Amino acid sequence: MSRRRAPAVVLLLAAALAACAVAGLALGPVRIPPAQVLDTVLDGPGRPGAFASIVWDVRMPRVLLGAVVGAGLAVAGTVLQALVRNQLADPFLLGASSGASAGAVAVIVLGAGAGVLGGIGVPLAAFAGSMGALVAVYALARRGGTMTTGRLILAGVAVQYVLSALTSLVLVLAAHPDQMRSVLFWTLGGLGGARWDELALPAVALLLGTGLLIALARPLDLLLAGEEGARTLGLDTGRFRAAVFVLTSLVIGVLVAYSGAIGFVGLMVPHAARMVVGAGHRALLPVAALGGAVFLSLADLLARTAAAPEEIPVGVVTALVGGPFFLWMLRRSTRTEGVAG
Amino acid sequence: MTADPVELAVEAVRYEVDGHTLLHGIDLTARPGETVGVVGPNGSGKTTLLRCVYGALRPTGGRVLLDGADAAALGVKDRARRVAVVPQDAAGTFGLTVGEVVAMGRSPHKRFWEQDGPQDARRVAEALETVGAAAFADRRFEELSGGERQRALVARALVQAPGLLALDEPTNHLDIRYQLEILGLVRALPVTGLLVLHDLNLAASFCDRLYVLSAGRVAASGPPERVLTEELLAEVYGVRTRVGVHPDTGAPNIVYVPQG
Repeated sequence: MSRRRAPAVVLLLAAALAACAVAGLALGPVRIPPAQVLDTVLDGPGRPGAFASIVWDVRMPRVLLGAVVGAGLAVAGTVLQALVRNQLADPFLLGASSGASAGAVAVIVLGAGAGVLGGIGVPLAAFAGSMGALVAVYALARRGGTMTTGRLILAGVAVQYVLSALTSLVLVLAAHPDQMRSVLFWTLGGLGGARWDELALPAVALLLGTGLLIALARPLDLLLAGEEGARTLGLDTGRFRAAVFVLTSLVIGVLVAYSGAIGFVGLMVPHAARMVVGAGHRALLPVAALGGAVFLSLADLLARTAAAPEEIPVGVVTALVGGPFFLWMLRRSTRTEGVAG
Repeated sequence: MTADPVELAVEAVRYEVDGHTLLHGIDLTARPGETVGVVGPNGSGKTTLLRCVYGALRPTGGRVLLDGADAAALGVKDRARRVAVVPQDAAGTFGLTVGEVVAMGRSPHKRFWEQDGPQDARRVAEALETVGAAAFADRRFEELSGGERQRALVARALVQAPGLLALDEPTNHLDIRYQLEILGLVRALPVTGLLVLHDLNLAASFCDRLYVLSAGRVAASGPPERVLTEELLAEVYGVRTRVGVHPDTGAPNIVYVPQG
């Protein structure tokens, strides 16, 4: 029933995203009236004028990166929740984002492979880090064949702490301030460093990853029937799960390499999207993607305007909203253990 | 497009876990189209045997043959095209609707990326109608009562169009009307049926043949009237019974004699 709402919801979210983008381009130290934002955008890049430079060179890469990262984290969260059959899963809470940060920092600071792999050394290392973290958490949480919510969350938090600590340690010890971004960036995330020439890879990872996952909506739904149920319905769960873990780690790794570890987007947005269009992944994934884009765009707008001229790390904003949300869900899931167990 | 009824042969299947032997070499056959019941006390190995048949457990000895071919050699998807399972219950499904859960039954017949077509939708609607679940097709699966969920899971298995239908206590949440309806339906379907049942009278009425398990072994097998005797029930279950004849069907009719 609710699935039939999906087209309308997608249109609504697309409109909301456009509105967020205009607001993101208009607001900041220099306020630009929305009408002028639209004119500037429609005129195209490279025109003379102060507004054109602010809109096109300063704010637009950041607005685009925010939308891409928000969408990707929400998609990754949706899929992780299906993989572990637990609605409390999230790339950040399961340590994947911290793993990606650790991988990225290792390559940047230690310089390992950066020369050989050029521009993709950092995202590649972030991918490896996020996959290592996910595999570790999954193995720790699954010992004994069953995976309880408590064990999953504890394993995720423990892995996340260790990897964040390692990241901070490496950054503090490294004496190359110009070649690395701050501890805050890697552990709490930030979109301030967005640049046009660094947008392509995250965008490609998002579009490719999301497209593939939407194509895999049927087997993703089957995972919800449980291990045994999915197998009796013809899904080779071991192979499929492994493949989707790789794909999801790839999306998380590439995004975190450019945005740092932003938490809770992948927790809240999938949950909200399920309430609106149901749990079937074919409708759920596009709605979650757009919802994530809107959510992170708003969070970033808040992060850079609320305490202006100071900028709050965007991960602080998402955690302030997401932490209480997580506690609320934890309470609900322990009351109806069917969802969590 | 329904598969032909499968001929099932379970040959000397053993199952051990953590040093305990749950099945001590079970032999069981079901001819194509036959409805075979597995009964026995708690812990006798009924569900373990069923799970070995549908592939959730890998037997530690012996083999399961589907139409003469070793089932262990079949891919997960091939097996799902031939064997459908109605589990006792299904875990939380994140709010999938009953219709979506039932439509999962089409998956073994589809490529990963393929969407359901109007044909599939019609099968789903028919199956929902057949089990009396059409009225709650749009509700969330986990909001249903145990009996409603069980009927939806039967519908999912119907949609799977299997040659062998394996049911694990398909009636334990159902009221008496649906117990009779579901078992009558399974019997009438052109599939081979393997049912784990608790209720001996239902087993006697709806199964062509029964296997009585006791402590992981087959204690007796054959047509209900030969198997369900007062002596055997005393030996296997440790209860006193009177076995009469059902006035309408002629099947054995068991009444229990209170202890003491």
